[in-house]
Amino acid sequence: MNILVCVKRVRASGGTPQLSADGGGVDTRNLAFTVGPHEECAVEEAIRIAGDAGGRVTVLTAGPPEADEQLRYAISMGADHGVLVDTGDTELDPQATAAALADAIRTLEADGATFDLIMFGNESPDAGHYQVGIRVACALSRAMVGGVKGIDIDQADGRARFRREVPAGVEVYEAALPAAVGVKEGLNLPRYPSMRGRLRARKAEVRGIQPEVAPGTLRRIRLRHPEEAGTQTVVLGHGADAAPAVVDLLEELEVV
Amino acid sequence: MHALVMIELDGDGVSASSRETLTLAHRLAGELGEAVEAVVFGDGGRAAESGGLAVSRLHQLDHPMLATYSPELWGESLHQLIARLQPSIVLGPGSDRGLEVMAQAAARADAPLVANCTTISLDRRANGDPPTWTLTRARQGGLLLEDAAVTAPTTFASTAAGAVEAASLGSLREVPVESFTPELDGVVHTQLVDETTQDSGVTLATARIVVSGGRGVGSAEGFEPLEELAKLTGGAVGCSRVATNNGWRPHSDQVGQTGTKISPDLYIACGISGATQHWVGCMNSKAILAINTDPEAPLLTRATYGVIGDVGEVVPAIVDEIHRRTLGNRQSA
Ligand SMILES: Cc1cc2nc3c(=O)[nH]c(=O)nc-3n(C[C@H](O)[C@H](O)[C@H](O)COP(=O)(O)OP(=O)(O)OC[C@H]3O[C@@H](n4cnc5c(N)ncnc54)[C@H](O)[C@@H]3O)c2cc1C
Ligand SMILES: Cc1cc2nc3c(=O)[nH]c(=O)nc-3n(C[C@H](O)[C@H](O)[C@H](O)COP(=O)(O)OP(=O)(O)OC[C@H]3O[C@@H](n4cnc5c(N)ncnc54)[C@H](O)[C@@H]3O)c2cc1C
Repeated sequence: MNILVCVKRVRASGGTPQLSADGGGVDTRNLAFTVGPHEECAVEEAIRIAGDAGGRVTVLTAGPPEADEQLRYAISMGADHGVLVDTGDTELDPQATAAALADAIRTLEADGATFDLIMFGNESPDAGHYQVGIRVACALSRAMVGGVKGIDIDQADGRARFRREVPAGVEVYEAALPAAVGVKEGLNLPRYPSMRGRLRARKAEVRGIQPEVAPGTLRRIRLRHPEEAGTQTVVLGHGADAAPAVVDLLEELEVV
Repeated sequence: MHALVMIELDGDGVSASSRETLTLAHRLAGELGEAVEAVVFGDGGRAAESGGLAVSRLHQLDHPMLATYSPELWGESLHQLIARLQPSIVLGPGSDRGLEVMAQAAARADAPLVANCTTISLDRRANGDPPTWTLTRARQGGLLLEDAAVTAPTTFASTAAGAVEAASLGSLREVPVESFTPELDGVVHTQLVDETTQDSGVTLATARIVVSGGRGVGSAEGFEPLEELAKLTGGAVGCSRVATNNGWRPHSDQVGQTGTKISPDLYIACGISGATQHWVGCMNSKAILAINTDPEAPLLTRATYGVIGDVGEVVPAIVDEIHRRTLGNRQSA
C-alpha cells in the first residue's frame, strides 16, 4: 500500500486572527503554525494502514518553503517521505491549488509509485473551501468520499470501505483502489512524535517540486471580522455559593 | 438563463438548507430580473409538491444509478445538466452532501466553487463577457468573513448553513418538471453500500442544554458531575479538544470547528478557555454560562452568565442544589 497524504500549513493560534492593515490577509508574524486536525488524523491513519499492510507513506504540501516544517512533523510521526510544491508566497485559489497538487502527484507517479490511496483533510481549518481533495481526485480519475471517520482496506480485493457520520446515522461507501478520501478528526487519536522520529525527521530529505501555476479565478478583496454583539457577562457568583443562582436559571428554562 | 438551484430532499421534502439557498437565489434573481430554475435528484414530484420552490422550471435527474447516493455519479449528472443549460450561477445547500456534490460538479466543469457564502451579488456583466460576482464567504466556521470576486462563465456557490433566514416563497402555480437522463457509463465512482440510522435520543447537536468540559475538568473522572448535571437537565455532555486529545472523552463529544457546531438554549462551559476554534462551535447558543477560575478567560468575557470558581466545586454544588430543591418540592407536595 502506497499512501499519499496532502497537508496544509495553517496557523495554530486559538486567538482571534489579527488582520493585516489592508485586510488582504491574516497577520501571521509571531504565529506558530501547524497541520490541521483533520490532516493530522490522515497522517496517523496512513501510518497505521502502511504499518499493517506494508508500504510507504508520502506527505505532500503546496505552500511557502516554510511548509517544510509541517512535512517534517508528519515524518516525525512516522511518514516516510516529504514533498514540497513550492508555491512561494503567492496565494492560490482552490482550483490552482488542486491543479498544482495534481501535477505534482502525476510527476511522483511517473517516477514509479502509484498511490493506492490519496488522503486529504475534509476541509482546511483556515480557508475551508471544501473542494481541493475532490478536484485532485477528479483530475486523476480517482473515486473520492469526504467526511470519513473510518477506513477498512481489503488489499486482496483491492477495495476500500469508508465510514462517515451523517445527521441521520452512519453511511458506508465502497470504492476500488486506487481511490481518494477526505477524513475528519475523530478517525483516530494521532500519536505524538517519538524522540527517534524527531531525529529522523530532522535528517530526512524533502523533495522540492517547482510548479507551473495558472492564475485562479477567485480573487480575494479583503478579510474582515463579523460584527459581534458586545455581551455584558452577568456574574452569578463565586465558587459553590453561585449554585442557587445557577439553578434559578435552569428553573427559568424549565429544565429542572 | 441565470440561476440554477440544487435542491436536496429529506424526510420532510425540500431540506431546510435548500430553503435557505432558494431564498438567496430568489433575492439574487429579483436583483437580476431573471427566473430561477431548480434541479433535484430523483423525485421531482415530491419536491414540487412540498411547495415553496417558486421556480419557473424544475429539472429532475433520472437514472437507475442515481437511486442511491454516490458523490461522483451525482456530481457528474449535475455537471452534464449544467453543460446543457449553461446557467451563469449554480447555487447549492451548505449541507455536507450539498457541498460534496457541488464540488464534484465544479471539478468536472473546471469552474470555480465559492463555499459557504453569506451574500452574493452581480458586479458586472459586459456584453458577451462572463459575469463577475462579488461574494462574501464565511471562513473558519464564521470567525472571519472574506469578500471575494469571481469571473467565470459558470460560477458555483454554496450557502453557509444558517446564514440566510429561509423566507416563505409562497406556493407558486404548478411547477413544470422536466426529466434529464445523464450518461453515466464508465464514470469512476464510490458506492453507498450500507446505511444505518441512529436512534434519535438526546444528541449533542439537538440537546437544549449542553454541559461541556475542558482542561479545567482535569480528568475523565472529573466529568462525572458534568454527566450528572446533564442527566438532571435532560441535556448532553460536550467537551473541548483538550479533553478529546487527553482521551477523557470520545471525539463525538467535541464542540468546535473540527467537532460539532451546536446551538442549544443554554451552553454550560466548565473549565474551557474559549479558543476561537471552540467558540465557533458554541457561539450560536442562545445563552452561555461559563464556569472558570480565571475571570479573564475569553469564554467568560463573551458568555451571557459567568461563575468564577473551580469546576470541581461549582458543578457538584449545582447538582446538590437541584437535588435539594426537587426533594423539597416532593416533601411539600
Ligand atoms: C487572494 C488570496 C489570498 C489568500 N490568502 C490565504 C491566506 O491568508 N492563508 C491561507 O492559508 N490561504 C490563503 N489563500 C489560499 C486559499 O484560500 C486556499 O488555501 C487554497 O485555495 C486551498 O483551499 P483550502 O485550503 O480551503 O482547501 P480545502 O478544500 O478546504 O482543503 C481540503 C484539503 O485539501 C488539502 N489541501 C488544501 N490545500 C493544500 C495545500 N496547499 N497543500 C497540500 N494539501 C492541501 C488538505 O488535505 C486539506 O485538508 C488565499 C487565496 C487567494 C486567492
Ligand atoms: C485547526 C484547529 C482546530 C481546532 N478545533 C477545535 C475544536 O473543534 N474544538 C475545540 O475545543 N478546540 C479546537 N482546537 C483547539 C483550541 O485551539 C484550544 O486548544 C482548545 O479549545 C482549548 O481547550 P480548553 O479550553 O479545554 O483548554 P485551555 O485553553 O487550556 O483552557 C482551560 C481553561 O480552564 C480553566 N481552568 C483551569 N482549571 C480550572 C478549574 N479547576 N476550574 C475552572 N476552570 C479551570 C483555565 O482558566 C482555562 O481558561 C483547534 C485548534 C486548531 C489549531
